[in-house]
Amino acid sequence: MTHPDEPSARATVERAIAATRDLPGPLLGTLQAIQRELGHVPDWAVPMVATALNLSRAEVHGTLTFYHDLRGTPPGRHVVRVCRAESCQAMNGARLEQHIKSRLGIDYHQTTADGALTLEPAYCFGHCACSPAITIDNEPHVGVTPERFDALLEGFAQ
Amino acid sequence: MTRIFVPRDATAVARGADRVAAAIAAEAKRRGEPVQIVRNGSRGLFWLEPMIEVTEQGGRRIAYGPVAEADVPALFAAGLGSGGAHRLRLGPVEEIDWLRRQERLTFARVGLTDPVSLDDYLAHGGYRGLRRALDMAPADVVAAVTASGLRGRGGAAFPTGIKWKTTLDTAADQKYVVCNADEGDSGTFSDRMLMEGDPFCLIEGMTIAGLAVGATHGYIYLRSEYPHAHAALEQAIAVARAAGYLGDDVLGSGKAFALEVRLGAGAYICGEETAMLESLEGKRGMVRFKPPLPAVQGLFGKPTVVNNVITLAAVPLILERGAEFYRDYGMGRSRGTLPFQLAGNVRRGGLVEKAFGLTLRELIEDFGGGTASGRPVHAVQVGGPLGAYLPASKLDIALDYEAFAAVGAMLGHGGVVVFDDTVDMAHMARYAMEFCAHESCGKCTPCRIGSTRGAEVIDRIVAGRDRRANEILLRDLCDTMVSGSLCALGGMTPFPVVSALDHFPEDFGLARESAHAAG
Repeated sequence: MTHPDEPSARATVERAIAATRDLPGPLLGTLQAIQRELGHVPDWAVPMVATALNLSRAEVHGTLTFYHDLRGTPPGRHVVRVCRAESCQAMNGARLEQHIKSRLGIDYHQTTADGALTLEPAYCFGHCACSPAITIDNEPHVGVTPERFDALLEGFAQ
Repeated sequence: MTRIFVPRDATAVARGADRVAAAIAAEAKRRGEPVQIVRNGSRGLFWLEPMIEVTEQGGRRIAYGPVAEADVPALFAAGLGSGGAHRLRLGPVEEIDWLRRQERLTFARVGLTDPVSLDDYLAHGGYRGLRRALDMAPADVVAAVTASGLRGRGGAAFPTGIKWKTTLDTAADQKYVVCNADEGDSGTFSDRMLMEGDPFCLIEGMTIAGLAVGATHGYIYLRSEYPHAHAALEQAIAVARAAGYLGDDVLGSGKAFALEVRLGAGAYICGEETAMLESLEGKRGMVRFKPPLPAVQGLFGKPTVVNNVITLAAVPLILERGAEFYRDYGMGRSRGTLPFQLAGNVRRGGLVEKAFGLTLRELIEDFGGGTASGRPVHAVQVGGPLGAYLPASKLDIALDYEAFAAVGAMLGHGGVVVFDDTVDMAHMARYAMEFCAHESCGKCTPCRIGSTRGAEVIDRIVAGRDRRANEILLRDLCDTMVSGSLCALGGMTPFPVVSALDHFPEDFGLARESAHAAG
């Protein structure tokens, strides 16, 4: 967790607020800007955002927790996102999901003990002609089989 | 210099297009042959991606695919630059049967041009629609769109011209055009392909919409899952702005239209137009009550035209060629073309733009070539996660808004997901409820609570507990959700559930008679 006493993190949040506060309807953009810089939106940033945008902390918290992309804790060094939607299910996606979970030893929204990988579910990347699809650090992979996933994972082995 | 086209489309990239482009550059350098690599959009034959193209003498485009990095040296040795023979050579693009049988109106340029080159866009008919619109009165532009028969391609199929007229007729100091690019339905990717493959077309369509209704500001609400589309849109908007196609004085007309992209944050519900407006205002994506309609009170309370990507991208052609040209395609009240998307367990998946009226069977068998697994087609979901499941016996239905509505299904955004006979339809019905629970904005009770209870009831049926009574309960719950939900998420999640129950009762452990008696 990024610490509020870390002056650079605080400055980053302040910069993100300054860059977005004058947008019409700034809140979501502000939270996205903070996450882009820090990888997550730390708890201590919530009152800073609330004060700057003249909103209640509840409004900021409500928005932060509404959107699946936004997170309150830092992700692992790499993020694996697995599509769970219908088209991928039609191509053995459920089997791939199970394989990935057991291979990494974690469930969705969890990070491996060494902090290397975070696993997140996704609902469609628009690669449905070549299902099933996953992304690793936003890089798309299609037609993924358990064997193919294992090979991709080798590339990220620390 | 030889021009070699290598798609920048995200699915093509996932299949190795970037690595192929790099291999081509390296091989050309090694051989001392100057080449220009153009990153075009995808033609939509995804089983052949990366599909690369060169221009033969005489101007025909010759395609090769699917190309792997390792094939590149041999392709050069075979005379790739002049369309030489090679086992991956697919022949002239316009003679590929899969494309020849399509009617590409909205996707005419996708794959053909460099998506972020304004010169290329202009050389292929781009901005003729806008120039025509600038010579017309706003009401006449709206009338042309109405006369074309264009209906919202996002799923609801509302007549576009009527929506525009409402906004035009509402006086306000500020109006907006919002493009719904939150293409969250599984099995759909036409918005993505268009934004990556011909972003100027969307920009031109939005500019025309702005001029027509008197809006000076446009937003594209793009889902965060589409980073490649984001990059293409930002590039194209910057080019259009620099060339005077966007800004305070569009092409010297004295009329202003500014455009910007806003990213979503992974909430499916934000594809619902009022939730999207809330999200654009920076808030939680909570569905609004209607009325007031967004066309009267939309973004920041101002009159707002909200249209899907494909709807807006159809507009330049309608202005350029006339309403009749577009209206002459299609059947009944479904006019023009729809870019269908073939997905799931299908041998040849991709984009098929056709006039309304072909059958689902033609699409899946003739274009798709049946299932990828080679097993029989068992169920087909049309129209995304809220679309009904159709059994293999119902594939002769015409792809037309009214024909689908008549059987309790919907064409939606034109996504077609094919399943083979290994699918467990009780599991898919449960998934539909689970997805609704996951994505519900929580504002109305039937959706928020009903979806969770629905998943539980399906679990009880599958576990064999009071099957008959629980089936009745599930159907009753679905009725409540259909009638009592605020928007399509809660209101249509019952479609996949009830259709699975009706057509595949054995997957729930129910006898066929029981399902019919209750249904």
